Amino acid sequence: MMIELKEINKDYHLGLETVHALRGVDLNIDNNEYVAIMGPSGSGKSTLMNLLGCLDTPSSGLYMLNGSDVSDMDDNALAEIRNREIGFVFQNFNLLPRASALHNVELPLIYNGTPSSKRRDLAEEALTKVGLKDRMHHRPNELSGGQRQRVAVARALVNNPSIILADEPTGNLDTRTGDEIMDLFETLHDNGNTIILVTHEEYIAEHSDRIIRLRDGRVERDEAV
Amino acid sequence: MRASEFVVQLRENLVIALDVIRNHKMRSFLTLLGVIIGVMSIIGVQSLIEGFQKSIHQQMEQLGANVFQVQKFPVNIGHDERDKYRNRKDITWEHAKAIEKYCTAVERVGPEAWHFEIIVKYRDRKTSPMNVMAGGTPEFFANNSYFIDGGRAFSEVDVQQKADVAVIGKDIIDALFPFEDPLGKFILADGRRYQVIGTLEEMGSRFGNSEDNKVVIPLSTFLKYYGSYRSLNITVQATSVDMMETAQEQVIGVLRAVRKVPPGEDNDFEIWTSNSLIKSFNDITRAVRIGALVIVSFSLLVAGIGIMNIMLVSIRERTREIGVRMAIGAKRGDIRMQFLIEAIFLSVIGGLFGILIGVGLGQLIALISPVPAAIPVFTILLGFVVCVAVGVIFGVVPAVKASKMDPITALRYE
Ligand SMILES: Nc1ncnc2c1ncn2[C@@H]1O[C@H](COP(=O)(O)OP(=O)(O)O)[C@@H](O)[C@H]1O
Ligand SMILES: [Mg+2]
Repeated sequence: MMIELKEINKDYHLGLETVHALRGVDLNIDNNEYVAIMGPSGSGKSTLMNLLGCLDTPSSGLYMLNGSDVSDMDDNALAEIRNREIGFVFQNFNLLPRASALHNVELPLIYNGTPSSKRRDLAEEALTKVGLKDRMHHRPNELSGGQRQRVAVARALVNNPSIILADEPTGNLDTRTGDEIMDLFETLHDNGNTIILVTHEEYIAEHSDRIIRLRDGRVERDEAV
Repeated sequence: MRASEFVVQLRENLVIALDVIRNHKMRSFLTLLGVIIGVMSIIGVQSLIEGFQKSIHQQMEQLGANVFQVQKFPVNIGHDERDKYRNRKDITWEHAKAIEKYCTAVERVGPEAWHFEIIVKYRDRKTSPMNVMAGGTPEFFANNSYFIDGGRAFSEVDVQQKADVAVIGKDIIDALFPFEDPLGKFILADGRRYQVIGTLEEMGSRFGNSEDNKVVIPLSTFLKYYGSYRSLNITVQATSVDMMETAQEQVIGVLRAVRKVPPGEDNDFEIWTSNSLIKSFNDITRAVRIGALVIVSFSLLVAGIGIMNIMLVSIRERTREIGVRMAIGAKRGDIRMQFLIEAIFLSVIGGLFGILIGVGLGQLIALISPVPAAIPVFTILLGFVVCVAVGVIFGVVPAVKASKMDPITALRYE
C-alpha cells in the first residue's frame, strides 16, 4: 500500500475556538491509483491534501507513506520526503515568475543537489512529456494558462515522485484547456503515476478511477467511478 | 547538506540574487548607497595615506639613512608646546665644531640656519614671498642632497670671509632670470644684496611643497645679517649606517658635556632621524585613519539597516516563492541560506562599487594635486570582508524570518 491513513485528525486552534478540519479519516491509496477528492467548501479537502503532501502533520493518527511513518517527522525529513516522493500541482500554478520554464522545472532538482547537466536533461525530458519542449526558454508570463499549468505538471514530475497531488488544477483554466490538462493526467496515469486531485467539478472527477467525498472533515463516500 | 548540494544551491542563489538586483535597480542602488559611500571613503582615505607614506619613506631614504639632525625643538609640535622648550639653550656653531672635533663615528657635520617667507628681487622682477633662506657650510649641499648644476657651491673661504654670495633654486631662477644667465648677477634676497655664484638642480616637490625655492648662503653671512642669537640645526652624517647609533651616542655625550647638562637630567636638545619623522607622521595618519573608520562604521551601520529593511520587503514580496520552494523540497536551512547569500551578495556588490570608486577617487586626486596615491591592497581586502560581515549581520534576521514561514500559509499568500 502506498498511502495508509489511520484515524487522522487535524485541529486548528483559532483563539479559544478549535476547528476540527479532519475527524478520524481512514484511507488507503494504492500505487498507480487515480483518485479524485470532492466535497463542499470547508469540508477539509485542502487540509487532507496538505497532510498527504507532507506540508503539515496530523494532530493525531497515523500516516504511512511507502511503509514509513511520516506522522511525526521533523521539518527537514518532511522536506526531503516532499522533494523525493511528492509532486505538487496548484490551482494558481505557483511558478517563479522570473525564471524560464526550464528553470522552474529544474527547481526540485536543485534541492537534492543534482548536478546542472543532469538537471537540464531531466527537466527537458519532463517538459517533453507535457509537450512544451519548444517553449522551455519562455518565462511564465510568455505562456498561456494551460501552458503554465503544464510547466507546473512537468515540475511535479521531474523528480519521478510516488504521488502527484493536484489541488483544483483546472480551477483557473477555461473548460477546453482544463480538458487538455486532464488528458495530460490521463497519460501520466497510463504511464504508471499515482494521481490524487481535488476538484469541485463532477465532469473533472469523472476522469479518475475513484472518487472520495468529504463532508465536515469525514469521508462521506469512497467509491469507484 | 552535502558539498555538491551546497555548490548547486550557491550557484542558484547567486543567480537569483543577481536577478533580484537587476529587476529592482533603483531600489538596490539606494540600498547600496550606504555601503558604496562607506567603502569608497575608507578606500579613498587609505589610498591617499598610503601614497603619502610611500613617498615620505622614499624621501627619507633619499635624505640618507646615515644622517640625523640635532635641534633645539622637537619636530612636529604645536605652537603652544614650543613655549615649553623655548628657554633651552640655543644650539650654536661652537656645538657643531665640538661634534666635528670629538665624535669619531661622525663623517660630516653641517650646521644650518633657516629663515622662511622671503622675497627675492632682481631689477624689476620679484618672486612670491614663499621662498626660503638657508645658511650653511660647504657640507650643507651634500648633507641635504642638493646638487649644483651651474657655477659652484660656496667654499670654506666664502664662509670665513662672510661673503655675500648665494646659490639659488630653480623656482627663483625661473621667476627672476627667464632670459638671462643668473651666474654673476646680483640679487636682493630679503632686502640684502648677494651675488649668484651657483644654481641648484631642480628637485621637484616633497610632501606637496616645492623644494626649489631656496637661497643658500654661507652660515657666517647668515648670522651676520640675522643675528647669532638664533638656534642652529646641525645635520650630522655618521661614517656608515651601521655607525648611526654610535654616532648618536657620541653626539649626545659631547653636547651634554658642552652644554653642561647635569647627569641624570634629560637632554636639552632633540636628536631626530628620518625614522622619528616617519614615526610622527604615522601617528598623525593613525588619527586620520581612526576618524575615517568611525565615519565608515556609521555609514556601514546605516547601510546594514538599509539592507535588512530591503531584505524584509523582498521576503514579504516573495512569500509565495518561499512557499513554493518549501513545497518542492527546500529545507528551512536552504531558505535561510538563500536569503543570507542574497544579503551578502547585495552588500558585496555595493562594496565592489565602493572599492572601484574609492580607488578611482584616490588616483584622480593624485592626478590633479601633488598628493600621491597608492592602491591600498590590504584595505581593499578588509573592505571586502567587512561587506560580507555586514551582509551576514544584517541579513540574518530577514533570512531567519523567511525560513520560519509556514509553507501552507506562504503558498496561500496574495
Ligand atoms: N490554517 C487554518 N487555520 C484555521 N482554520 C483553518 C485553517 N485551514 C483550514 N481551516 C479550516 O478548516 C476547515 C477545512 O478547510 P479546508 O481544508 O481548506 O477545506 P476545503 O479545502 O475543503 O475548502 C475549514 O473550516 C477551514 O476554515
Ligand atoms: Mg480548499
